[in-house]
Amino acid sequence: MEAAVKQTWRQKVTKAMGINREDARISKSYLFVTFLALAIGGICGLTQGLNRSGFLELPSWINYYQVLTAHGLFLVLVFSSFFTIGYFYAGLSHTLGGLLPAVRKIAWTGFSLKITGLMIALIPVLMNEASVLYTFYPPMAASPWYYVGLALIVIGIWLCAFGAFINVAHWRKQNKGKHVPILAFFATGVFILLFFGGLFVAVEVIVLIIPWAFGWVETINVMLSRTLFWAFGHTLVNIWYLTAVSAWYVIVPKVIGGRRFSDLLTRIVVILLVVLNIPGGFHHQIVDPGISESVKYLHVFMSLAIGFPSLMTAYAMFAVFERTGRKKGGKGLFGWFKKLPWGDVRFLAPMIAMIAFIPAGAGGIVQTMNQLDQVVHNTMWIVGHFHLTLGMSAAMTFFGISYWLVPYVSGRVLTPKMNKFGVWQTVLWAVGMGTMATTMHIVGLFGSPRRTALTTYSDHATALNWDPYMIVIGIAAVILLIAGMMQIYAVFHLMFRAPKGNEEFPIAKPEEDGSKTPYWTERWSRWIFVMLLVVAMGYVIPLVDFIGNAPPGSPPFKTW
Amino acid sequence: MHRYEKIWLSLSSAVILAFMLFIGYQAFAEEMAPPSTKETLDPQKVDETPPFDNPGVKKVGENEYEVVMTLQVFSFTPDDIEIPAGSTVHFTLTSKDVVHGFEIAGTNVNAMVMPGYVQKITKTFAEPGEYLVLCNEYCGSGHELMSTTITVK
Repeated sequence: MEAAVKQTWRQKVTKAMGINREDARISKSYLFVTFLALAIGGICGLTQGLNRSGFLELPSWINYYQVLTAHGLFLVLVFSSFFTIGYFYAGLSHTLGGLLPAVRKIAWTGFSLKITGLMIALIPVLMNEASVLYTFYPPMAASPWYYVGLALIVIGIWLCAFGAFINVAHWRKQNKGKHVPILAFFATGVFILLFFGGLFVAVEVIVLIIPWAFGWVETINVMLSRTLFWAFGHTLVNIWYLTAVSAWYVIVPKVIGGRRFSDLLTRIVVILLVVLNIPGGFHHQIVDPGISESVKYLHVFMSLAIGFPSLMTAYAMFAVFERTGRKKGGKGLFGWFKKLPWGDVRFLAPMIAMIAFIPAGAGGIVQTMNQLDQVVHNTMWIVGHFHLTLGMSAAMTFFGISYWLVPYVSGRVLTPKMNKFGVWQTVLWAVGMGTMATTMHIVGLFGSPRRTALTTYSDHATALNWDPYMIVIGIAAVILLIAGMMQIYAVFHLMFRAPKGNEEFPIAKPEEDGSKTPYWTERWSRWIFVMLLVVAMGYVIPLVDFIGNAPPGSPPFKTW
Repeated sequence: MHRYEKIWLSLSSAVILAFMLFIGYQAFAEEMAPPSTKETLDPQKVDETPPFDNPGVKKVGENEYEVVMTLQVFSFTPDDIEIPAGSTVHFTLTSKDVVHGFEIAGTNVNAMVMPGYVQKITKTFAEPGEYLVLCNEYCGSGHELMSTTITVK
């Protein structure tokens, strides 16, 4: 009883005063690291773009693949996971009436573990002892410390997942029979994926790689490691996607002055994305040996299935836009489109992100199929694909969120001037990333390989034809760096310099005529069980095969 | 659920299903499935294991060749292959060290080559020309130099 009273009191305080200061400090620290990582990863990206386009020769003390390793590490691992945690922890604090003191402690422990892990992993990268890229396929072997660092990062992420589970479970106990607030529902889904996806890479790194990299065992099972990696790697990209989707369903409708789409459908989309996700990792292995054609066919199906909830989302989003635009007086077939608040960066950035997801999702669907995959596998097309999905759909949504979330956690406000700055930044980033991703798709279709330093393959005519595209990519990288630096300036300005005040945490209300959401959506134990069944369908046959019919293993190689 | 939403979702399901049927037909009826060989070998004894103890181009039939090839940092053995136009070539590949990729630029030949596994892929070269073969999986500091050619005359 006492706890319940305390809880409601806290909820009222949160409502009146904005975020709890101690909760705010957690999200603020996570966001600080997020955008620092964007700055470092962005500079690495520019270096690569300029090198491959032939504008810049790298000095002898630095190697292209070292820069590429850092680019992946900072953007794929740090930028994304720190943003996800910072954003959802603020969301949990806001919608559940504050974080529990124990959860705060867990979040800080997770934070220091991740930073420690990053430092440990970074030293060998800087010393050129870990130029294995962020996918680190064995039997290429980095300094064992690189893997120790990565393992600590994963454990740090896990702690934050547990913290979120504890906070949500506590709220549910206090609010028996009620639906978890929608943003916390998204957070639950995301952290479930982080936990289970993380399990695969933890087994790969801790059980297989670390003993081998230290030399305690002589050889490693290369196909097993690779498969475990992609079970995690693909889940990770979908975690950012689900994070972005949460803002599309929950935040954007409020920003445009509308209401959410069907609460039930939203929750089903979250559940589907959680349940179907992990076996999708196999589409990274369509041209691998050691997996039979029929198992690969099953995996094409499992990958395509992930497209379905995204098609549901596409409908939902445009339904919300149309409904809101018409309510504001938009007439005719497309009149509502003009009524949307295009000058509001909190809308513009995620809107462009969503539009980018139309070609990005379509590209994902076609390239997961055997024939096109065989054309584009490991070419620049793939790089274009994930710069469109992550660099635009996910990152631009994150940027759009940052324009209100950063002032919200910093006790400051987004001024009209800063909003205008944000609009320009958004347009510039969209132009840069759009140009880069499109060009990468085209040159990839012609066969230009990914993850390859500047080369003309002894002036082979085929490779020389790729050069003009590479120059476009180099120019786009410059535009992106400017837009990226503007974004980082905006974040640090909103964090430390903007006028003080209370920025709104925009959460849209459910639709007016919405039917009641059935309670089965809350049965996470059931959904996790279904998820594990789907994972078993996808993974048991190949994993048993890789272990049972494994060839003799491989010793470590350092080939750089 | 709105009627338009039902139509949209039914169409979405139909498209995904159509893709599945089409891919299945290609893979199993047309034998266009991706390279998926399941043979294995000891990656530390490639040079002693047939057929890789004797890599090279072998004529196996009328207009038909087998290329037994090893990939290693940062080269292909054999390299600079020549074959007559119109011939069908069966590539049998393995890696002697790290993970490599086998790509013939501008064609559908694209396969991962893993240590410990044999990978097979077939291509009919109808058009004469000098094809660029490259490694498309990062394999070390000389990765961007790892290439060779197939000349079709």
